[in-house]
Amino acid sequence: MDRQSPLSTLLQISPISLILGFFLVLPIGTILIVSFWDYNDFSFFPDFVWTNYSDALGSNVTYKTYLNTFWYAGLTWFFTFLIGFTVAYFLAFHIHTTRWQIVLFLICTIPFWTSNIIRMISWIPFLGRNGVFNTMLQSIGLIDEPLEFLLFSDFSIVLAFVHLYALFMVVPIFNSMMRIDRSLIEAAIDGGANGWQMLTNVVIPLCKPGIAIGSIFVVTLVMGDYITVRLMGGGQRASVGVMMWNEISLLLYPAAAAHAVVLLAVVLIMVSLMMRVVDLKKEL
Amino acid sequence: MKNPTTPNSLSRRDLLKRGSAVALGAAVGSQAITGFPTIWAQNIKNVTLRQFGTGVSNINAIAQKAKEDLGITLEMTALDTDATAQRVVTQPKSFDIADIEYFTLKKVWPSGNMQPMDISRLKYFDQIAGTFKDGKLTPSSTIAQGTAPHTVSFTDGPNSQSFSKSMTNWYTMVPTIYNADTLGIRPDLIGRPINSWTELLNPEFKGKASILNIASIGIMDAAMVCEAMGEVQYGDKGNMTKDEIDKTMAIFTEAKKAGQFRAFWKTFDESVNLMASGEVVIQSMWSPAITKVRSMGLPCVYQPLKEGYRSWGGGLGLSRNLSGLELDAAYEYINWYLSGWVGGLLMRQGYYSAAPETSKLHMSDDEWGFWYEGKAAKNDIIDPFGNKMEPAGAVRDGGSFLERMGNVKCWNSVMDENRYMVRKWNEFIAA
Repeated sequence: MDRQSPLSTLLQISPISLILGFFLVLPIGTILIVSFWDYNDFSFFPDFVWTNYSDALGSNVTYKTYLNTFWYAGLTWFFTFLIGFTVAYFLAFHIHTTRWQIVLFLICTIPFWTSNIIRMISWIPFLGRNGVFNTMLQSIGLIDEPLEFLLFSDFSIVLAFVHLYALFMVVPIFNSMMRIDRSLIEAAIDGGANGWQMLTNVVIPLCKPGIAIGSIFVVTLVMGDYITVRLMGGGQRASVGVMMWNEISLLLYPAAAAHAVVLLAVVLIMVSLMMRVVDLKKEL
Repeated sequence: MKNPTTPNSLSRRDLLKRGSAVALGAAVGSQAITGFPTIWAQNIKNVTLRQFGTGVSNINAIAQKAKEDLGITLEMTALDTDATAQRVVTQPKSFDIADIEYFTLKKVWPSGNMQPMDISRLKYFDQIAGTFKDGKLTPSSTIAQGTAPHTVSFTDGPNSQSFSKSMTNWYTMVPTIYNADTLGIRPDLIGRPINSWTELLNPEFKGKASILNIASIGIMDAAMVCEAMGEVQYGDKGNMTKDEIDKTMAIFTEAKKAGQFRAFWKTFDESVNLMASGEVVIQSMWSPAITKVRSMGLPCVYQPLKEGYRSWGGGLGLSRNLSGLELDAAYEYINWYLSGWVGGLLMRQGYYSAAPETSKLHMSDDEWGFWYEGKAAKNDIIDPFGNKMEPAGAVRDGGSFLERMGNVKCWNSVMDENRYMVRKWNEFIAA
């Protein structure tokens, strides 16, 4: 192929650069700048102070909140991985016609036809003290007192996360599995591998890119979430997102911006660690 | 609605002056009472005013009635209390009228994004209660702690960004609504009398209590509780020292860790849902939330407590960007707002109108007796939306206006140590 003229190269890269510039670099740059500004009760103004960072990093609450958020992210990742892998495995290896694979795959997406807020809120009457689930357990005599931990607890938060994000795990893993050459599996079985060995030595290694992509989706979504934690935690559980949202609602924009920058750094480190485990560029 | 007698030849200004003159006169003419616009209605008919406020008074019924009476189109946006402050400060061009609380006003007024109102253009200024003028409910009453509305009601001139200590001709906000707040309870699930703020932290209600997560208001409820427990003595609950804030938050953090609270709420609807579903049996609550729970057929009491009430007031303020016809329309709207119909609507939800006497004309004697005078209802009490709220014979929780507003111990406030308080409050929420 001929070398392209510099002008056409420029034209070709300009759409993506413009989009990334306006919607990624510019907002993040703004957040970074504002994180050094100072503020009072009703306004914030240009300055160059480190107080927002020293307040954020000097407070025990920040560390506890990060621990809490990691806890949610870890649990959510674990359960979405279990569910996502199992569902994808079933779809990829146990359903043999493409038509049925498509049909069942579409069924998985049905919950996404409503907004995620609705999906979340619908858990509340179900899990409440006098909710459907407690009433049912009581009427069949399994429990005497309603189970309080079901709602406004870590349990309900993780449950909602898993419900919301399981599909983000299913899709990339399913995609990877579909690309596995079936003759490799036959070869493994011919070579004497049992089911478990086939799974751990063939399927999982070949699914790594899908698992990595799904994990990045789930972990970044949970790390940045505030509404699930707020609604399902009854407003008294903390996550990094909730902390920032509290600050924003109290007009402490520079403080929230500093937290956002710290969170961005933390999430970037997490993603780069995940990329280290799986070399996505090579695998794709 | 057009006033057929208004001559078209007079200019709008002349008519406005005339309207003000009527209001300033000792006797209020019948024309003023009916709430008809005194400017040529054709002019403001196509005006659209964008108003935002908390859910409490952003009711579509008000927008509909304003359209009927004035021809003005109101676009209402309901936000939570913190978001209203945010809107004034960060998006001054996004609204014409701000329906906010006085303590929010204290926070946002210095931003210069609102403009004061010329009192001589307010027809019903004389009917406005003393609480919003010199701060006194009756000549003998003492002024409660906190950001009492009159301390942030006046400013020195059209461009001033500070507050005036005495009454002037410039109102920062026109008061519309206020109330005395206390704890809401579910008597059927508690089954014994409640008469003190200390009950919020009573271990008996472990996992069944709630407090609102709006720092400036929540800290006040918390202070009422700590003071009632005798754990903390406050110089001024409305302006706490760092030490007082620390002690208060320590007590509440301990209770939170022990599992006292089921949830924290931020919006009106959340508080209704918590109470109606039985998740919570005792919590900070606002009056119409109680009304709403009751209209679902569930018993819910706005429990008067021996230590007194925490109070708040709200009003309508103008955006700095309003001018010309829109500004005239806004004055017209505000005069209409105080003329009684809206007041009646608010009173029948359990609030007080800032100009109670005008509201009286839009309520039946029985309703007035029940809501304002604390008398037993002669007939069923129906809420503004047609639901039966109280059977005949019921008496309002807490009694009459004077009994309730006369027993206010502090106003929602913004403290000198606000930044510190907010940080501590956030730590409490995250704890």
